[in-house]
Amino acid sequence: MIEIRWHGRGGQGAKTAALLLADAALSAGKYVQAFPEYGPERMGAPVQSFNRIDEQPILMHCPVKSPKVVVVLDPTLMASVNVTAGLGPDGMLIINTGLDAVEIKKSVKFDGKIFTVDASKISEETIGKNIPNTPMLAALVKITGVLDFKSMMEDTEKKLAKKFAHRPEVIEGNIQSMKRAAEEVKSA
Amino acid sequence: MQKTILAKTGNEAMALAMKQINPDVVAAYPITPATEIVQIFSQYVADGEVKTEFVAVESEHSAMSACIGSCAAGARTMTGTSSQGLALMYEMIYIAAGLRLPIVMADVNRALAAPINIHCDHSDTMGCRDAGWIHIFSENAQEAYDSMIQAMRIAEHRDVRLPVMVTTDGFIISHGMERIDTLPDAEVQSFIGKYDPMMHLLDIKKPYTVGAINLTDYYFEHRRAMVDAQNNALKVIKEVGAEFGKKFDTNYGLIEKYQLDDAELAIVALGSTCGTAKVVIDKLRKQGVKAGLLKIRVFRPFPAEEIARALENIQTVAVLDRSDSIGGFGGPVFTEVRSALYGSAKKPRIAGVIYGLGGREIDMEQIEGLFMDLKAGQVKADSVSYLGVRD
Repeated sequence: MIEIRWHGRGGQGAKTAALLLADAALSAGKYVQAFPEYGPERMGAPVQSFNRIDEQPILMHCPVKSPKVVVVLDPTLMASVNVTAGLGPDGMLIINTGLDAVEIKKSVKFDGKIFTVDASKISEETIGKNIPNTPMLAALVKITGVLDFKSMMEDTEKKLAKKFAHRPEVIEGNIQSMKRAAEEVKSA
Repeated sequence: MQKTILAKTGNEAMALAMKQINPDVVAAYPITPATEIVQIFSQYVADGEVKTEFVAVESEHSAMSACIGSCAAGARTMTGTSSQGLALMYEMIYIAAGLRLPIVMADVNRALAAPINIHCDHSDTMGCRDAGWIHIFSENAQEAYDSMIQAMRIAEHRDVRLPVMVTTDGFIISHGMERIDTLPDAEVQSFIGKYDPMMHLLDIKKPYTVGAINLTDYYFEHRRAMVDAQNNALKVIKEVGAEFGKKFDTNYGLIEKYQLDDAELAIVALGSTCGTAKVVIDKLRKQGVKAGLLKIRVFRPFPAEEIARALENIQTVAVLDRSDSIGGFGGPVFTEVRSALYGSAKKPRIAGVIYGLGGREIDMEQIEGLFMDLKAGQVKADSVSYLGVRD
Protein backbone atom coordinates (compact mmCIF):
# COMPACT_ATOMS: atom_id res chain seq x y z
CA MET A 1 0.00 0.00 0.00
CA ILE A 2 1.17 3.50 -0.80
CA GLU A 3 0.12 6.49 1.31
CA ILE A 4 0.25 10.05 -0.04
CA ARG A 5 -0.28 13.44 1.61
CA TRP A 6 -1.16 16.61 -0.29
CA HIS A 7 -0.46 20.05 1.14
CA GLY A 8 -2.15 23.09 -0.32
CA ARG A 9 -4.07 26.19 0.53
CA GLY A 10 -7.87 26.28 0.62
CA GLY A 11 -9.04 26.74 -2.98
CA GLN A 12 -5.93 25.30 -4.66
CA GLY A 13 -7.43 21.89 -5.29
CA ALA A 14 -5.62 19.64 -2.82
CA LYS A 15 -8.84 17.78 -2.14
CA THR A 16 -9.69 17.52 -5.84
CA ALA A 17 -6.19 16.23 -6.60
CA ALA A 18 -6.62 13.40 -4.09
CA LEU A 19 -10.04 12.56 -5.51
CA LEU A 20 -8.69 12.60 -9.09
CA LEU A 21 -5.82 10.30 -8.16
CA ALA A 22 -8.21 7.92 -6.41
CA ASP A 23 -10.51 7.88 -9.41
CA ALA A 24 -7.61 7.20 -11.79
CA ALA A 25 -6.29 4.44 -9.52
CA LEU A 26 -9.76 2.91 -9.36
CA SER A 27 -9.88 2.84 -13.17
CA ALA A 28 -6.57 0.95 -13.03
CA GLY A 29 -8.29 -1.70 -10.91
CA LYS A 30 -6.87 -0.70 -7.53
CA TYR A 31 -8.44 -0.18 -4.15
CA VAL A 32 -8.40 3.46 -3.11
CA GLN A 33 -9.08 5.98 -0.40
CA ALA A 34 -9.09 9.76 -0.77
CA PHE A 35 -10.00 12.00 2.12
CA PRO A 36 -9.40 15.59 3.12
CA GLU A 37 -8.50 16.89 6.53
CA TYR A 38 -11.43 18.98 7.61
CA GLY A 39 -10.81 21.92 9.81
CA PRO A 40 -11.06 25.64 9.39
CA GLU A 41 -11.88 25.70 5.67
CA ARG A 42 -10.99 29.13 4.35
CA MET A 43 -9.57 30.29 1.07
CA GLY A 44 -5.82 30.44 1.50
CA ALA A 45 -5.60 28.53 4.79
CA PRO A 46 -3.26 25.52 4.91
CA VAL A 47 -5.14 22.31 4.06
CA GLN A 48 -4.19 18.67 3.65
CA SER A 49 -5.67 15.72 1.84
CA PHE A 50 -4.67 12.08 1.69
CA ASN A 51 -4.62 9.00 -0.52
CA ARG A 52 -4.19 5.32 0.10
CA ILE A 53 -3.77 3.03 -2.91
CA ASP A 54 -3.46 -0.75 -2.69
CA GLU A 55 -4.00 -3.98 -4.60
CA GLN A 56 -6.01 -5.28 -1.62
CA PRO A 57 -9.15 -3.87 0.03
CA ILE A 58 -8.18 -1.05 2.41
CA LEU A 59 -9.79 -1.55 5.80
CA MET A 60 -8.22 1.12 8.00
CA HIS A 61 -9.96 4.44 8.57
CA CYS A 62 -7.31 6.28 10.53
CA PRO A 63 -5.22 9.29 9.56
CA VAL A 64 -2.20 8.91 7.25
CA LYS A 65 0.75 9.59 9.53
CA SER A 66 3.74 8.15 7.66
CA PRO A 67 3.20 8.89 3.98
CA LYS A 68 5.54 7.59 1.31
CA VAL A 69 4.96 10.67 -0.85
CA VAL A 70 4.21 14.29 0.05
CA VAL A 71 3.05 16.75 -2.59
CA VAL A 72 3.25 20.48 -1.88
CA LEU A 73 0.98 22.57 -4.08
CA ASP A 74 2.17 25.88 -2.60
CA PRO A 75 5.83 26.30 -1.63
CA THR A 76 5.06 29.26 0.69
CA LEU A 77 3.41 26.73 3.01
CA MET A 78 6.82 25.34 3.85
CA ALA A 79 7.58 28.37 6.02
CA SER A 80 4.72 27.58 8.40
CA VAL A 81 3.79 23.89 7.90
CA ASN A 82 6.09 20.95 8.58
CA VAL A 83 5.48 19.27 5.23
CA THR A 84 7.96 16.46 5.88
CA ALA A 85 6.25 15.30 9.11
CA GLY A 86 6.22 11.51 9.17
CA LEU A 87 8.04 11.27 5.84
CA GLY A 88 10.77 8.64 6.13
CA PRO A 89 14.22 8.78 4.48
CA ASP A 90 12.89 6.52 1.70
CA GLY A 91 10.05 8.97 1.07
CA MET A 92 9.57 11.47 -1.73
CA LEU A 93 8.79 15.16 -1.55
CA ILE A 94 7.35 16.81 -4.67
CA ILE A 95 7.10 20.59 -4.64
CA ASN A 96 5.41 23.06 -6.97
CA THR A 97 8.12 25.69 -7.29
CA GLY A 98 10.20 27.53 -9.84
CA LEU A 99 13.27 26.93 -7.70
CA ASP A 100 15.73 24.21 -8.51
CA ALA A 101 15.47 21.01 -6.46
CA VAL A 102 19.11 21.43 -5.42
CA GLU A 103 18.29 24.89 -4.01
CA ILE A 104 15.25 23.54 -2.14
CA LYS A 105 17.31 20.72 -0.67
CA LYS A 106 19.46 23.29 1.15
CA SER A 107 16.51 24.77 3.00
CA VAL A 108 14.47 21.61 3.74
CA LYS A 109 15.46 19.24 6.54
CA PHE A 110 14.80 16.06 4.61
CA ASP A 111 17.20 13.32 3.54
CA GLY A 112 14.94 11.60 1.02
CA LYS A 113 14.32 12.41 -2.62
CA ILE A 114 13.12 15.89 -3.51
CA PHE A 115 11.49 16.73 -6.83
CA THR A 116 10.42 20.09 -8.16
CA VAL A 117 8.23 21.26 -11.00
CA ASP A 118 6.85 24.73 -11.72
CA ALA A 119 3.23 23.60 -11.91
CA SER A 120 1.85 27.11 -11.36
CA LYS A 121 3.75 28.47 -14.37
CA ILE A 122 2.82 25.44 -16.47
CA SER A 123 -0.87 25.76 -15.63
CA GLU A 124 -0.85 29.50 -16.32
CA GLU A 125 0.70 28.84 -19.73
CA THR A 126 -1.54 25.91 -20.67
CA ILE A 127 -4.84 26.41 -18.84
CA GLY A 128 -4.54 30.16 -18.42
CA LYS A 129 -4.96 30.02 -14.64
CA ASN A 130 -2.87 29.05 -11.63
CA ILE A 131 -4.34 25.58 -11.09
CA PRO A 132 -1.38 23.48 -9.99
CA ASN A 133 -3.25 20.33 -8.92
CA THR A 134 -3.59 18.48 -12.24
CA PRO A 135 0.05 19.04 -13.34
CA MET A 136 1.22 18.01 -9.85
CA LEU A 137 -0.90 14.86 -10.13
CA ALA A 138 0.86 14.05 -13.41
CA ALA A 139 4.29 14.68 -11.87
CA LEU A 140 3.40 12.43 -8.94
CA VAL A 141 2.28 9.55 -11.17
CA LYS A 142 5.33 9.93 -13.41
CA ILE A 143 7.83 9.88 -10.51
CA THR A 144 6.26 7.25 -8.28
CA GLY A 145 4.93 4.93 -10.96
CA VAL A 146 2.00 4.29 -8.62
CA LEU A 147 -0.08 4.09 -11.80
CA ASP A 148 0.85 3.55 -15.42
CA PHE A 149 1.35 7.10 -16.71
CA LYS A 150 -0.01 6.48 -20.20
CA SER A 151 -3.22 4.80 -19.07
CA MET A 152 -3.71 7.43 -16.38
CA MET A 153 -3.49 10.16 -19.03
CA GLU A 154 -5.93 8.33 -21.33
CA ASP A 155 -8.35 7.84 -18.48
CA THR A 156 -8.08 11.50 -17.39
CA GLU A 157 -8.66 12.69 -20.95
CA LYS A 158 -11.81 10.59 -21.18
CA LYS A 159 -13.12 11.99 -17.90
CA LEU A 160 -12.32 15.57 -18.83
CA ALA A 161 -13.97 15.10 -22.22
CA LYS A 162 -17.13 14.00 -20.45
CA LYS A 163 -17.06 16.79 -17.88
CA PHE A 164 -16.07 19.66 -20.19
CA ALA A 165 -17.77 18.58 -23.42
CA HIS A 166 -18.82 22.18 -24.07
CA ARG A 167 -15.36 23.64 -23.25
CA PRO A 168 -12.77 21.68 -25.29
CA GLU A 169 -10.04 24.26 -24.49
CA VAL A 170 -10.17 23.20 -20.84
CA ILE A 171 -9.55 19.58 -21.80
CA GLU A 172 -6.63 20.42 -24.06
CA GLY A 173 -5.12 22.84 -21.51
CA ASN A 174 -5.26 20.29 -18.71
CA ILE A 175 -3.78 17.50 -20.82
CA GLN A 176 -0.96 19.78 -21.97
CA SER A 177 -0.26 20.91 -18.39
CA MET A 178 -0.05 17.30 -17.25
CA LYS A 179 2.25 16.24 -20.09
CA ARG A 180 4.54 19.20 -19.49
CA ALA A 181 4.68 18.65 -15.72
CA ALA A 182 5.66 15.01 -16.27
CA GLU A 183 8.44 16.11 -18.64
CA GLU A 184 9.69 19.04 -16.58
CA VAL A 185 9.72 17.51 -13.09
CA LYS A 186 13.32 17.37 -11.81
CA SER A 187 15.07 15.71 -8.89
CA ALA A 188 17.77 17.11 -6.66
CA MET B 1 -25.50 -9.65 -12.49
CA GLN B 2 -22.97 -6.97 -13.31
CA LYS B 3 -21.93 -4.67 -10.48
CA THR B 4 -20.43 -1.29 -11.30
CA ILE B 5 -17.27 -0.40 -9.40
CA LEU B 6 -17.16 3.29 -8.48
CA ALA B 7 -15.08 5.60 -6.31
CA LYS B 8 -17.61 7.22 -3.97
CA THR B 9 -17.66 9.07 -0.69
CA GLY B 10 -20.02 7.78 1.99
CA ASN B 11 -22.40 10.63 1.26
CA GLU B 12 -22.35 9.94 -2.48
CA ALA B 13 -22.92 6.24 -1.81
CA MET B 14 -25.95 6.95 0.39
CA ALA B 15 -27.38 9.43 -2.13
CA LEU B 16 -26.94 6.85 -4.89
CA ALA B 17 -28.78 4.24 -2.83
CA MET B 18 -31.61 6.75 -2.33
CA LYS B 19 -31.72 7.40 -6.07
CA GLN B 20 -31.96 3.69 -6.82
CA ILE B 21 -34.65 3.25 -4.16
CA ASN B 22 -36.49 6.13 -5.85
CA PRO B 23 -38.75 6.98 -2.90
CA ASP B 24 -42.05 8.81 -3.30
CA VAL B 25 -41.07 11.62 -0.94
CA VAL B 26 -37.86 13.07 0.51
CA ALA B 27 -38.15 15.97 2.96
CA ALA B 28 -34.87 17.28 4.28
CA TYR B 29 -32.84 20.21 5.52
CA PRO B 30 -29.07 20.53 4.98
CA ILE B 31 -26.54 20.10 7.79
CA THR B 32 -22.81 19.36 7.83
CA PRO B 33 -21.57 16.68 7.22
CA ALA B 34 -24.78 15.20 5.76
CA THR B 35 -25.60 18.10 3.43
CA GLU B 36 -24.22 16.38 0.33
CA ILE B 37 -26.60 13.43 0.66
CA VAL B 38 -29.60 15.69 0.25
CA GLN B 39 -27.83 18.04 -2.16
CA ILE B 40 -26.89 15.22 -4.53
CA PHE B 41 -30.35 13.73 -4.20
CA SER B 42 -32.03 17.05 -4.99
CA GLN B 43 -29.93 17.16 -8.16
CA TYR B 44 -31.32 13.74 -9.13
CA VAL B 45 -34.79 15.22 -8.60
CA ALA B 46 -33.99 18.32 -10.65
CA ASP B 47 -32.55 16.18 -13.44
CA GLY B 48 -35.63 13.98 -13.51
CA GLU B 49 -33.65 10.86 -12.61
CA VAL B 50 -36.10 10.00 -9.81
CA LYS B 51 -39.83 10.51 -9.53
CA THR B 52 -39.52 11.70 -5.92
CA GLU B 53 -41.43 14.66 -4.55
CA PHE B 54 -38.66 16.66 -2.85
CA VAL B 55 -39.84 18.85 0.01
CA ALA B 56 -37.35 21.56 0.94
CA VAL B 57 -38.33 22.49 4.47
CA GLU B 58 -37.22 25.22 6.86
CA SER B 59 -35.86 23.02 9.67
CA GLU B 60 -35.20 19.43 10.62
CA HIS B 61 -38.24 19.41 12.89
CA SER B 62 -40.27 20.21 9.79
CA ALA B 63 -38.33 17.66 7.75
CA MET B 64 -39.31 14.81 10.07
CA SER B 65 -42.86 16.21 10.39
CA ALA B 66 -43.23 16.20 6.60
CA CYS B 67 -41.80 12.67 6.47
CA ILE B 68 -44.34 11.52 9.07
CA GLY B 69 -47.18 13.05 7.09
CA SER B 70 -46.11 11.58 3.79
CA CYS B 71 -45.37 8.14 5.23
CA ALA B 72 -48.72 8.07 7.00
CA ALA B 73 -50.31 8.92 3.66
CA GLY B 74 -48.75 5.76 2.25
CA ALA B 75 -45.72 7.18 0.48
CA ARG B 76 -42.28 5.55 0.62
CA THR B 77 -40.37 8.24 2.49
CA MET B 78 -36.71 9.01 3.18
CA THR B 79 -34.59 11.77 4.69
CA GLY B 80 -31.06 12.52 5.86
CA THR B 81 -29.54 14.55 8.67
CA SER B 82 -26.83 14.79 11.31
CA SER B 83 -26.12 15.94 14.85
CA GLN B 84 -27.94 19.20 15.70
CA GLY B 85 -30.39 18.45 12.91
CA LEU B 86 -31.28 15.12 14.47
CA ALA B 87 -31.50 16.84 17.85
CA LEU B 88 -33.99 19.31 16.42
CA MET B 89 -36.05 16.37 15.07
CA TYR B 90 -36.11 14.69 18.46
CA GLU B 91 -39.80 15.28 19.24
CA MET B 92 -40.83 13.92 15.84
CA ILE B 93 -38.36 10.99 15.99
CA TYR B 94 -40.40 9.41 18.78
CA ILE B 95 -43.63 10.12 16.92
CA ALA B 96 -42.38 8.50 13.68
CA ALA B 97 -41.59 5.29 15.58
CA GLY B 98 -44.71 5.38 17.76
CA LEU B 99 -46.92 5.74 14.69
CA ARG B 100 -45.07 2.74 13.20
CA LEU B 101 -44.01 4.60 10.07
CA PRO B 102 -41.30 2.89 7.99
CA ILE B 103 -39.24 6.01 7.20
CA VAL B 104 -35.59 5.41 6.27
CA MET B 105 -33.14 8.08 7.34
CA ALA B 106 -29.45 8.48 6.58
CA ASP B 107 -27.66 10.05 9.53
CA VAL B 108 -24.03 11.08 9.42
CA ASN B 109 -22.79 10.70 12.98
CA ARG B 110 -21.48 13.99 14.36
CA ALA B 111 -20.86 15.30 17.86
CA LEU B 112 -23.45 17.40 19.62
CA ALA B 113 -22.76 20.95 20.78
CA ALA B 114 -21.56 22.49 23.03
CA PRO B 115 -18.73 23.12 22.37
CA ILE B 116 -19.74 23.32 18.73
CA ASN B 117 -18.03 20.65 16.66
CA ILE B 118 -18.63 19.18 13.21
CA HIS B 119 -16.67 15.94 13.54
CA CYS B 120 -17.58 12.35 14.23
CA ASP B 121 -18.86 10.80 17.35
CA HIS B 122 -21.99 8.76 17.95
CA SER B 123 -23.70 11.06 20.46
CA ASP B 124 -26.38 12.20 18.02
CA THR B 125 -27.96 8.87 17.16
CA MET B 126 -27.21 7.35 20.58
CA GLY B 127 -29.44 10.10 21.96
CA CYS B 128 -32.29 8.50 20.01
CA ARG B 129 -31.60 4.95 21.10
CA ASP B 130 -34.77 4.65 23.17
CA ALA B 131 -37.03 6.14 20.50
CA GLY B 132 -38.01 2.88 18.80
CA TRP B 133 -36.01 3.33 15.60
CA ILE B 134 -33.88 0.56 14.16
CA HIS B 135 -30.29 1.72 14.20
CA ILE B 136 -27.68 0.38 11.75
CA PHE B 137 -24.03 1.51 11.83
CA SER B 138 -21.73 1.32 8.78
CA GLU B 139 -18.03 0.48 8.81
CA ASN B 140 -17.44 2.00 5.37
CA ALA B 141 -19.14 3.49 2.30
CA GLN B 142 -19.98 0.03 0.91
CA GLU B 143 -21.88 -0.93 4.03
CA ALA B 144 -23.68 2.41 4.05
CA TYR B 145 -24.85 1.81 0.48
CA ASP B 146 -25.86 -1.80 1.08
CA SER B 147 -27.58 -1.02 4.39
CA MET B 148 -29.67 1.81 2.93
CA ILE B 149 -31.10 -0.65 0.42
CA GLN B 150 -31.73 -3.30 3.08
CA ALA B 151 -33.20 -0.69 5.45
CA MET B 152 -36.16 -0.10 3.16
CA ARG B 153 -37.08 -3.79 3.27
CA ILE B 154 -36.57 -4.02 7.02
CA ALA B 155 -38.62 -0.90 7.80
CA GLU B 156 -41.56 -1.91 5.60
CA HIS B 157 -41.66 -5.57 6.69
CA ARG B 158 -45.12 -6.32 8.06
CA ASP B 159 -43.68 -7.80 11.27
CA VAL B 160 -41.58 -4.68 11.88
CA ARG B 161 -43.09 -1.44 10.53
CA LEU B 162 -40.59 0.80 12.28
CA PRO B 163 -38.37 3.60 10.99
CA VAL B 164 -34.71 2.81 10.35
CA MET B 165 -31.65 5.03 10.63
CA VAL B 166 -28.50 4.04 8.77
CA THR B 167 -25.42 5.92 9.92
CA THR B 168 -21.89 6.65 8.76
CA ASP B 169 -19.03 8.20 10.71
CA GLY B 170 -18.91 11.92 9.96
CA PHE B 171 -16.13 12.97 7.57
CA ILE B 172 -14.23 9.69 8.08
CA ILE B 173 -16.78 7.86 5.92
CA SER B 174 -19.13 10.63 4.77
CA HIS B 175 -16.32 12.54 3.03
CA GLY B 176 -13.81 9.75 2.44
CA MET B 177 -13.77 8.39 -1.10
CA GLU B 178 -13.52 4.61 -1.39
CA ARG B 179 -14.09 1.88 -3.91
CA ILE B 180 -17.62 0.52 -3.79
CA ASP B 181 -19.54 -2.02 -5.80
CA THR B 182 -22.90 -0.69 -6.89
CA LEU B 183 -25.93 -2.57 -8.14
CA PRO B 184 -28.01 -1.96 -11.26
CA ASP B 185 -31.12 0.17 -10.61
CA ALA B 186 -33.39 -2.69 -11.62
CA GLU B 187 -31.78 -5.06 -9.11
CA VAL B 188 -32.29 -2.54 -6.29
CA GLN B 189 -35.90 -2.05 -7.32
CA SER B 190 -36.54 -5.77 -7.48
CA PHE B 191 -34.86 -6.27 -4.08
CA ILE B 192 -36.89 -3.63 -2.26
CA GLY B 193 -40.14 -4.45 -4.09
CA LYS B 194 -43.23 -2.32 -4.22
CA TYR B 195 -44.33 -0.61 -1.01
CA ASP B 196 -47.67 -1.92 0.07
CA PRO B 197 -48.59 -0.24 3.36
CA MET B 198 -50.91 -2.10 5.74
CA MET B 199 -52.87 1.08 6.36
CA HIS B 200 -52.59 4.56 4.97
CA LEU B 201 -54.47 7.82 5.28
CA LEU B 202 -55.33 8.09 1.61
CA ASP B 203 -57.05 4.71 1.60
CA ILE B 204 -60.66 5.94 1.65
CA LYS B 205 -62.03 2.39 1.83
CA LYS B 206 -60.32 1.81 5.18
CA PRO B 207 -60.29 5.17 6.97
CA TYR B 208 -58.33 5.32 10.20
CA THR B 209 -57.00 7.86 12.66
CA VAL B 210 -53.32 8.55 12.97
CA GLY B 211 -51.99 9.98 16.19
CA ALA B 212 -54.99 9.34 18.43
CA ILE B 213 -54.53 9.97 22.14
CA ASN B 214 -53.79 6.98 24.37
CA LEU B 215 -53.89 7.69 28.05
CA THR B 216 -53.74 5.13 30.83
CA ASP B 217 -55.94 2.84 28.76
CA TYR B 218 -53.76 1.88 25.75
CA TYR B 219 -50.46 3.80 25.69
CA PHE B 220 -48.62 0.99 27.46
CA GLU B 221 -49.90 -1.65 25.04
CA HIS B 222 -48.84 0.38 22.03
CA ARG B 223 -45.35 0.90 23.44
CA ARG B 224 -45.18 -2.83 24.28
CA ALA B 225 -46.11 -3.62 20.68
CA MET B 226 -43.06 -1.62 19.56
CA VAL B 227 -40.90 -3.90 21.68
CA ASP B 228 -42.35 -6.90 19.85
CA ALA B 229 -41.67 -5.19 16.53
CA GLN B 230 -38.04 -4.60 17.55
CA ASN B 231 -37.74 -8.25 18.59
CA ASN B 232 -39.21 -9.30 15.24
CA ALA B 233 -36.66 -7.07 13.55
CA LEU B 234 -33.82 -9.22 14.95
CA LYS B 235 -35.04 -12.01 12.69
CA VAL B 236 -36.06 -9.81 9.76
CA ILE B 237 -32.72 -7.99 9.61
CA LYS B 238 -30.90 -11.32 9.40
CA GLU B 239 -33.29 -12.64 6.74
CA VAL B 240 -32.96 -9.50 4.62
CA GLY B 241 -29.17 -9.53 5.12
CA ALA B 242 -28.98 -13.19 4.05
CA GLU B 243 -31.14 -12.57 0.99
CA PHE B 244 -28.95 -9.61 0.08
CA GLY B 245 -25.94 -11.91 0.40
CA LYS B 246 -27.52 -14.60 -1.74
CA LYS B 247 -28.32 -12.13 -4.51
CA PHE B 248 -25.36 -9.78 -4.29
CA ASP B 249 -22.61 -11.86 -2.59
CA THR B 250 -22.20 -9.93 0.68
CA ASN B 251 -23.99 -11.29 3.74
CA TYR B 252 -25.13 -8.99 6.49
CA GLY B 253 -26.08 -9.89 10.06
CA LEU B 254 -26.59 -8.14 13.36
CA ILE B 255 -22.97 -8.45 14.40
CA GLU B 256 -19.71 -9.36 12.68
CA LYS B 257 -17.06 -11.48 14.34
CA TYR B 258 -13.49 -10.91 13.23
CA GLN B 259 -10.91 -13.43 14.50
CA LEU B 260 -13.16 -13.78 17.52
CA ASP B 261 -13.87 -17.48 17.93
CA ASP B 262 -10.52 -18.39 19.46
CA ALA B 263 -9.67 -14.90 20.74
CA GLU B 264 -8.41 -14.35 24.27
CA LEU B 265 -8.56 -10.56 24.03
CA ALA B 266 -11.28 -8.70 22.21
CA ILE B 267 -12.60 -5.26 21.56
CA VAL B 268 -16.17 -4.34 20.74
CA ALA B 269 -16.76 -1.37 18.45
CA LEU B 270 -19.11 0.30 15.98
CA GLY B 271 -18.53 2.03 12.66
CA SER B 272 -15.32 2.98 10.93
CA THR B 273 -13.03 2.12 13.84
CA CYS B 274 -13.80 -1.56 13.19
CA GLY B 275 -11.82 -1.49 9.94
CA THR B 276 -8.80 0.03 11.64
CA ALA B 277 -9.09 -2.56 14.42
CA LYS B 278 -9.09 -5.39 11.86
CA VAL B 279 -5.72 -4.26 10.51
CA VAL B 280 -4.30 -4.14 14.05
CA ILE B 281 -5.69 -7.60 14.80
CA ASP B 282 -4.05 -9.03 11.64
CA LYS B 283 -0.73 -7.65 12.85
CA LEU B 284 -1.16 -8.95 16.41
CA ARG B 285 -2.23 -12.39 15.17
CA LYS B 286 1.05 -12.63 13.23
CA GLN B 287 2.82 -11.96 16.52
CA GLY B 288 0.90 -14.77 18.19
CA VAL B 289 -1.49 -12.53 20.15
CA LYS B 290 -4.99 -13.97 20.09
CA ALA B 291 -6.83 -10.73 19.42
CA GLY B 292 -10.32 -10.35 17.97
CA LEU B 293 -13.10 -7.91 17.23
CA LEU B 294 -16.84 -7.91 17.72
CA LYS B 295 -18.42 -5.36 15.42
CA ILE B 296 -21.95 -4.37 16.31
CA ARG B 297 -23.71 -3.47 13.07
CA VAL B 298 -27.20 -3.24 14.49
CA PHE B 299 -27.49 -1.38 17.78
CA ARG B 300 -31.32 -1.34 17.78
CA PRO B 301 -32.69 -3.93 18.10
CA PHE B 302 -29.81 -4.76 20.44
CA PRO B 303 -28.68 -8.33 19.65
CA ALA B 304 -28.02 -9.18 23.31
CA GLU B 305 -28.06 -12.97 22.95
CA GLU B 306 -25.73 -13.05 19.94
CA ILE B 307 -23.35 -10.68 21.64
CA ALA B 308 -23.30 -12.72 24.86
CA ARG B 309 -22.62 -15.91 22.91
CA ALA B 310 -19.86 -14.23 20.92
CA LEU B 311 -18.07 -12.86 23.97
CA GLU B 312 -18.73 -15.22 26.88
CA ASN B 313 -15.68 -17.42 26.33
CA ILE B 314 -13.21 -14.59 25.89
CA GLN B 315 -10.88 -13.71 28.75
CA THR B 316 -10.76 -9.93 28.48
CA VAL B 317 -12.95 -7.51 26.55
CA ALA B 318 -12.76 -3.76 26.05
CA VAL B 319 -15.92 -2.08 24.80
CA LEU B 320 -15.28 1.06 22.78
CA ASP B 321 -17.84 3.83 22.94
CA ARG B 322 -17.65 6.83 20.64
CA SER B 323 -20.16 8.64 22.83
CA ASP B 324 -20.50 9.06 26.57
CA SER B 325 -23.42 8.98 28.93
CA ILE B 326 -22.22 11.91 30.97
CA GLY B 327 -22.67 11.00 34.61
CA GLY B 328 -23.60 7.39 33.79
CA PHE B 329 -21.53 4.24 34.27
CA GLY B 330 -19.85 4.15 30.87
CA GLY B 331 -21.07 4.71 27.33
CA PRO B 332 -24.19 3.06 25.91
CA VAL B 333 -22.40 0.19 24.16
CA PHE B 334 -20.46 -0.74 27.31
CA THR B 335 -23.47 -0.74 29.61
CA GLU B 336 -25.57 -2.83 27.23
CA VAL B 337 -22.84 -5.31 26.32
CA ARG B 338 -21.95 -5.79 29.99
CA SER B 339 -25.60 -6.22 30.86
CA ALA B 340 -26.03 -8.78 28.05
CA LEU B 341 -23.21 -10.85 29.57
CA TYR B 342 -24.59 -10.83 33.11
CA GLY B 343 -26.50 -14.08 32.65
CA SER B 344 -23.62 -15.98 31.05
CA ALA B 345 -22.05 -18.77 33.07
CA LYS B 346 -18.58 -17.69 32.01
CA LYS B 347 -17.99 -14.00 31.85
CA PRO B 348 -15.04 -12.09 30.45
CA ARG B 349 -13.24 -9.41 32.35
CA ILE B 350 -14.84 -6.38 30.75
CA ALA B 351 -14.04 -2.69 30.70
CA GLY B 352 -15.46 0.37 28.98
CA VAL B 353 -13.32 2.72 26.90
CA ILE B 354 -14.63 6.09 25.75
CA TYR B 355 -12.74 7.42 22.71
CA GLY B 356 -12.95 9.70 19.70
CA LEU B 357 -15.40 12.32 20.98
CA GLY B 358 -15.72 15.30 18.65
CA GLY B 359 -13.65 13.52 16.00
CA ARG B 360 -10.57 12.95 18.17
CA GLU B 361 -8.40 10.66 16.06
CA ILE B 362 -8.06 6.97 16.81
CA ASP B 363 -5.07 5.33 15.15
CA MET B 364 -3.61 1.85 14.92
CA GLU B 365 -1.01 2.50 17.62
CA GLN B 366 -3.75 3.39 20.12
CA ILE B 367 -5.75 0.26 19.33
CA GLU B 368 -2.62 -1.88 19.52
CA GLY B 369 -1.77 -0.20 22.82
CA LEU B 370 -5.21 -1.03 24.13
CA PHE B 371 -4.76 -4.71 23.21
CA MET B 372 -1.34 -4.69 24.91
CA ASP B 373 -2.89 -3.18 28.04
CA LEU B 374 -5.59 -5.86 27.99
CA LYS B 375 -2.88 -8.52 27.62
CA ALA B 376 -0.82 -7.13 30.49
CA GLY B 377 -3.89 -7.00 32.71
CA GLN B 378 -3.58 -3.25 32.93
CA VAL B 379 -7.19 -2.54 32.11
CA LYS B 380 -9.20 -2.73 35.31
CA ALA B 381 -12.30 -4.89 34.93
CA ASP B 382 -15.66 -3.18 35.40
CA SER B 383 -14.11 0.22 34.99
CA VAL B 384 -14.51 3.00 32.44
CA SER B 385 -11.50 4.81 31.04
CA TYR B 386 -10.86 7.45 28.40
CA LEU B 387 -8.57 6.84 25.43
CA GLY B 388 -6.79 9.70 23.70
CA VAL B 389 -7.94 12.50 26.00
CA ARG B 390 -5.68 15.01 27.74
CA ASP B 391 -6.08 14.88 31.53
